[in-house]
Amino acid sequence: MFQFSVVTQWIDEFLRSYLSEGWTLLVEFVLIALLVLTAYAVLALLLIYIERKVCAFFQCRIGPNRVGPFGILQSVADMVKILLKEIIRINKVDSFLFTLACFLVIIASLCTFGALPFDGGLHVIDFNIGVFYLLAVSSLGVVGILLAGWSSNNKYTMIGAMRSGAQLISYELSCGLSLLSIVILSGTMQLSQIVEQQSDLWFIFKGHVPAFIAFVIYLIAGHAETNRGPFDLPEAESELTAGYHTEYSGIQFGFFYLAEYLNMFIIAAIAATMFLGGWMPFHVPGWESFNGIMDYIPPVIWFFGKTFFCVFLALWVRWAFPRLRIDQLLALEWKILLPIGLINIILMTLLVIL
Amino acid sequence: MDPIINLILFSCLAVVMVLLSLLAITTKSLLRSATYLLLVLVCTAGLYLFLNYHFLAAVQISVYAGGVLILFIFAIFLTSQKGEILQKHEMKKYLYGALVFVAGIAVTAFAFIKHGFLYSPDNTTMLGDQEINMKVIGQALMGTEKYQYLLPFEVLSVLLLACIIGGILIARKR
Repeated sequence: MFQFSVVTQWIDEFLRSYLSEGWTLLVEFVLIALLVLTAYAVLALLLIYIERKVCAFFQCRIGPNRVGPFGILQSVADMVKILLKEIIRINKVDSFLFTLACFLVIIASLCTFGALPFDGGLHVIDFNIGVFYLLAVSSLGVVGILLAGWSSNNKYTMIGAMRSGAQLISYELSCGLSLLSIVILSGTMQLSQIVEQQSDLWFIFKGHVPAFIAFVIYLIAGHAETNRGPFDLPEAESELTAGYHTEYSGIQFGFFYLAEYLNMFIIAAIAATMFLGGWMPFHVPGWESFNGIMDYIPPVIWFFGKTFFCVFLALWVRWAFPRLRIDQLLALEWKILLPIGLINIILMTLLVIL
Repeated sequence: MDPIINLILFSCLAVVMVLLSLLAITTKSLLRSATYLLLVLVCTAGLYLFLNYHFLAAVQISVYAGGVLILFIFAIFLTSQKGEILQKHEMKKYLYGALVFVAGIAVTAFAFIKHGFLYSPDNTTMLGDQEINMKVIGQALMGTEKYQYLLPFEVLSVLLLACIIGGILIARKR
């Protein structure tokens, strides 16, 4: 199996042979930051293209097809457009909070993105508390959304922000509970160990029914966390123009847009890591030759394949269901998902003990 | 890590924290004050990370930044008028504030002087440099032996339950 740790170790040794330790670390930090930011932006472009194409096919349209072959350069053109757009100054807003809000949203998303394990060696930081870190940092984004809605000085943004706050806080519980059941199964919160433990069989198969229930709950709750249809109440365009980011323009709006798409990717990537084995190829205990063949596919491809599968599920759901009302949304979380999640944890504990 | 780098990192965090705390209490707008407080709490999480105490850093962010601050912001949304300016306090309140400030300084100084630091010049072992395993923390929280915290943990959860029931009672009162 090809592992990226070979490449990263080689770069590390190469730098160490020329520089002292402090400078090596500094150069590595800068390199990693550049790499993460680039990956973030490129993935966003890719996701926007995929979303537009997939949505088009669901609606029997063609989608973007003018810029480049099959329209693949469309999102690049959009990026250039959004970078060149004027940032409109809104009258009578709290400009400090207004500017800070979009940064808070994107910083929360970027911090989460940075801690994902893309491959054996392609993992920026491997915290001992990995899963908890992901949950903690992603909760910072809610503050950004609330501030954006309030500081825009507009009733629609305010309503959008209130809805979003209620929605994100409630669905965070189900997300946490479903991830917790996998933590119970694996006995660790470190992402690298969680992936390593799935080398014989992925957790969704290893954990029998409770793991599957947790997977479904995580997909629903995670989808709600990304503020996308059918849970797109915070930015319901027919009611609230664009919800909490109505007043933003230019790259400030771009930040919200990027963060939304990348949050979808992050949720899918966490689902892939926790339930579908992350970068670990599909192995079945006992089938040695089959496992050998699976090892020929590089782990990065496994990771992105599983992640984009989950992204596709999210896109599918978006066009399959109508938007919920706010009371239905909260009832779904507090009366259905949360009790099921709690019972599921007990089931999982029994499964681990017995 | 290099002591110089350590010092630079610590001073950056400390200066930013002091500045943001001052801004949090001097600003006129209630929501700005809450935002500065949020940034102070995030910087505190940075300090914990700096001490290699990852668990506490994550708890700090998820509980304070993700939970308490959002409650504050919701409370401000629901109670305050748009563009409301904080009113000047009376002289008496300033006096109480100053007293609390002095008392806080005194307690901190007392703890600072009394505490036997691990990093004293004659003791060069770097105890805090390894990360504490999550398993150790979990077992300490859930154990019943000495220096383990199951009873306080359960007592706190009863307290939280009481808060929840109280909240529902107040909300349902017609």
